[in-house]
Amino acid sequence: MRVVVDYDLCESNALCMAAAPEVFEVREDDFLYVLQDEPPETQRAAVDEAVRRCPKQAITIQD
Amino acid sequence: MSLDRVVIVGASLAGFRAAEELRTRGHVGTITIVGDEPHRPYDRPPLSKQVLTGAKPPESTTLQVASGSVEDLDLDWRLGATATGLDLEDRTVLLGGGERLSYDGLVIATGAAPRRLPGTDHLDGVHTLRSLDDSVAIRTALAASPQRVAVVGAGFIGAEVTASTRSMGIDVSLVEALPVPLERGLGPAMGAVVADLHRDHGVDVHLGVGVVRIEGSERVERIRLTDGSVLDVDLVVVGIGVSPNTGWLEGSGLTLDNGVVCDAACRAAPGVVAAGDVARWPNERFGEVMRVEHWDNAIEMGGHAARTLLGAPEHYSPVPWFWSDQYDRKIQLAGRAAADDAVKVVSGSVEERKFVAFYGRAGRIVGVLGMSQPAKVMRWRSLVEEGASWDDALAAAAETAA
Repeated sequence: MRVVVDYDLCESNALCMAAAPEVFEVREDDFLYVLQDEPPETQRAAVDEAVRRCPKQAITIQD
Repeated sequence: MSLDRVVIVGASLAGFRAAEELRTRGHVGTITIVGDEPHRPYDRPPLSKQVLTGAKPPESTTLQVASGSVEDLDLDWRLGATATGLDLEDRTVLLGGGERLSYDGLVIATGAAPRRLPGTDHLDGVHTLRSLDDSVAIRTALAASPQRVAVVGAGFIGAEVTASTRSMGIDVSLVEALPVPLERGLGPAMGAVVADLHRDHGVDVHLGVGVVRIEGSERVERIRLTDGSVLDVDLVVVGIGVSPNTGWLEGSGLTLDNGVVCDAACRAAPGVVAAGDVARWPNERFGEVMRVEHWDNAIEMGGHAARTLLGAPEHYSPVPWFWSDQYDRKIQLAGRAAADDAVKVVSGSVEERKFVAFYGRAGRIVGVLGMSQPAKVMRWRSLVEEGASWDDALAAAAETAA
């Protein structure tokens, strides 16, 4: 799977970081950094949760 | 008993996430989802912001699933259908048209409905905001360039409608019966900061003042306040809270008390769970029976209730979280805030409207509030999750800030 963030929508709410900390990090500059563009399948449930919990629906998964 | 037929009453966020979780966890039986609106499930936060201002088309709010498409969920839709009753013994939901839906498992997610100001139903130009259709109606009214809009109630809906309307250059009067905006959510001290935020943007703010009457012949013309003042307005948006939609459950045998009363695992009766705005349950983390009207809770509780229904009844004890976008500021609270909590600003500056504050009660941190500090709020939210002491929390904040 490939993680795609729409940075025009992203407002750094950081819910994705809470759901999938190995994939998403919002740093002190308040920008979101995707740590793994293509995380392993073991991260699927966590990334799905990040997609659902994003208040801006800014994250999509491309399989 | 085995779970074959699941009925979900309520086709908004909590019900939809329950359906998604049931499929994710391998439920292969029927899922019937009942919604009283004609629309597929949609996302409500933009309704008081981007949809209202016209920045986002209404149809863009349709909810999606995380992986794959909504069609993959293979849902049996009953849209535009109203549930009118529940027979617990027969395990049957009654619909308005006379249809009876049998279930093995039931998810109640009927949400809440906005309260209305009495005596205003005959007047044009008086709105409440809950549904997509409500939002489109207000958008249309705002696009007609009203001279002045009154927003009654400075909770989340009222505060966001005020900010959205001001951002369109329209004059707004904000009327709140309590001493500050968002008092129920943020407490008095931080609510006062929100009042200042609205004043910064030129809002005519009336606090501690109630509405005597909304007047007009066919359309709203003016609004009379308890302090004697009279506001000439041509549009009113009322945001004075919501009531849980439990009318259809009267006499069903479920316990109803400001919502559907559940146990700690979201169960209302054997084979029946509830989630979202309509559900009240004991959150053991806070030792408090809660009904939470936040977007994030609808997602998490919908999923949790689905897992309970599938036979994994764990206790649901989240740290509630919400956000509210007003002007260019983002307000977030993780945890709970009560009127008599200790409040301390631990980072940033209230004057610059960019800060973090902690809420403390009985020697523990219970909430983290941020204004345009999202990374810090999420980082320090873990202090609430861990049940950190007030002193340890303050020390941790000082260390990070240094």
